[in-house]
Amino acid sequence: MTTIATNPLVTVKSNSAPMRNIDPVEDLIALLARLPGYGRRSARRAVLRMLMDPQRQMLPLADALRNAAEAVLPCDVCGNLDTRSPCHICDDPQRMQGLICVVEGVADLWALERAQAHRGSYHVLGGTLSALAGIGPEDLRIQPLLARIEAGGVEEIIIALPVTVDGATTAHVLMDRLGDTGVPVTRLAQGVPIGGALDVLDDGTLAAALRARRPA
Amino acid sequence: MSTEWQAPAIILSARPFGEGGAVVNVITRDHGRHAGLVRGGASRAQSALWQAGNMIEARWIARLADQLGSLSGEMVHPAAALAMEEPLGLALLTSLCAVAEGALPEREPHPVLFEGMIRVVSRLVHGAGQAMADYIRWEAMLLAELGFGIDLASCAVTGAVEDLVFVSPKSGRAVSAAAATGWEARLLPLPAFLRAADDDGAVAAWADGLRLTGHFLERDVFHGHHRAMPEARVRLVERVMA
Repeated sequence: MTTIATNPLVTVKSNSAPMRNIDPVEDLIALLARLPGYGRRSARRAVLRMLMDPQRQMLPLADALRNAAEAVLPCDVCGNLDTRSPCHICDDPQRMQGLICVVEGVADLWALERAQAHRGSYHVLGGTLSALAGIGPEDLRIQPLLARIEAGGVEEIIIALPVTVDGATTAHVLMDRLGDTGVPVTRLAQGVPIGGALDVLDDGTLAAALRARRPA
Repeated sequence: MSTEWQAPAIILSARPFGEGGAVVNVITRDHGRHAGLVRGGASRAQSALWQAGNMIEARWIARLADQLGSLSGEMVHPAAALAMEEPLGLALLTSLCAVAEGALPEREPHPVLFEGMIRVVSRLVHGAGQAMADYIRWEAMLLAELGFGIDLASCAVTGAVEDLVFVSPKSGRAVSAAAATGWEARLLPLPAFLRAADDDGAVAAWADGLRLTGHFLERDVFHGHHRAMPEARVRLVERVMA
């Protein structure tokens, strides 16, 4: 069933698509407000700013959005988002392709790239195990990781998953699966962050830091 | 019903809500399983606190008693962080929280179960081996609290109180070794630690215990609500068997 009202501020209902407003400004605000970091108020401000100078701010943005939507695709090897597959990281001969860092999502991959701390390759798992969200091991990209290892050339797997109950559970399951491959598996250290004063750290981090102490 | 309380609590789950908030389920002694909205609960500053298994001092406040209300808390014991390095300990802790969340009705106090959970979480500090038997006893206690208790007092067939080594999967009553002859394959093994509070058991006995309580949890508690056994509980069994 599809109903289109004559009032421009009335929404269009359709069985096949989410509710869209036929007023283009309201439609744009509603679409922007769905993005992380945006509410309706901030979306309205952004739209208003763009409408002040549509030629210089809106149309280039529209072009950039279209270009990105059409050009960006997930890398078949690691799951990163790039304009080509294999992505520029998997294709880079300067990087240590045998050193694979396993991350939860592309945001974590970008964070590690920003830090320039890892010169190997990545594997995006696509989430963590979550009983609440109904995500099981078969929903994660564990099998493609095992296939990469089976293909040979992997020297070490670094597990860089979130330090949460779900992240740690995923890490344990991953370590179990990787155990049979014979490839060395390491995990990121836990403890006091750079610039962190002890008196403001949470109890869990302090306990983990104490347990992971090392000879000075 | 009160619109404000403060009490020691164990976090059962934290579900992201909006950008930085979380809907958190906790269990307390006098208020049972209780949900509340934590503003900023999924933020970087607070996410370490709102991990399942942590013991906190919780404060809940609402304008009306039947509202979701607002929850805040302070860390008492970072059980989640302490268990994260030990696969079996973490599996036990997540299973404890998932089973409590899935099986217990909301806002119904179960002081015995809360105290049982505190005992399991406290013993987990010394390793999963110290807490596993207590955890399985807690599951048996949960069945009893919900009205599906297993009866281990005497043999269902002969009335004997000695040498009880099986449980009937139908009635949930103990069966002695003598009465079970020829029927062993159809009965559930009864581990000795379920009848002795000071026995911590070992891996084979834990597996038997989890199979025993798991059978009745699945049949009487979760299937009754048209739900599957929580994933975390399934993973715990897999880890014990591994």
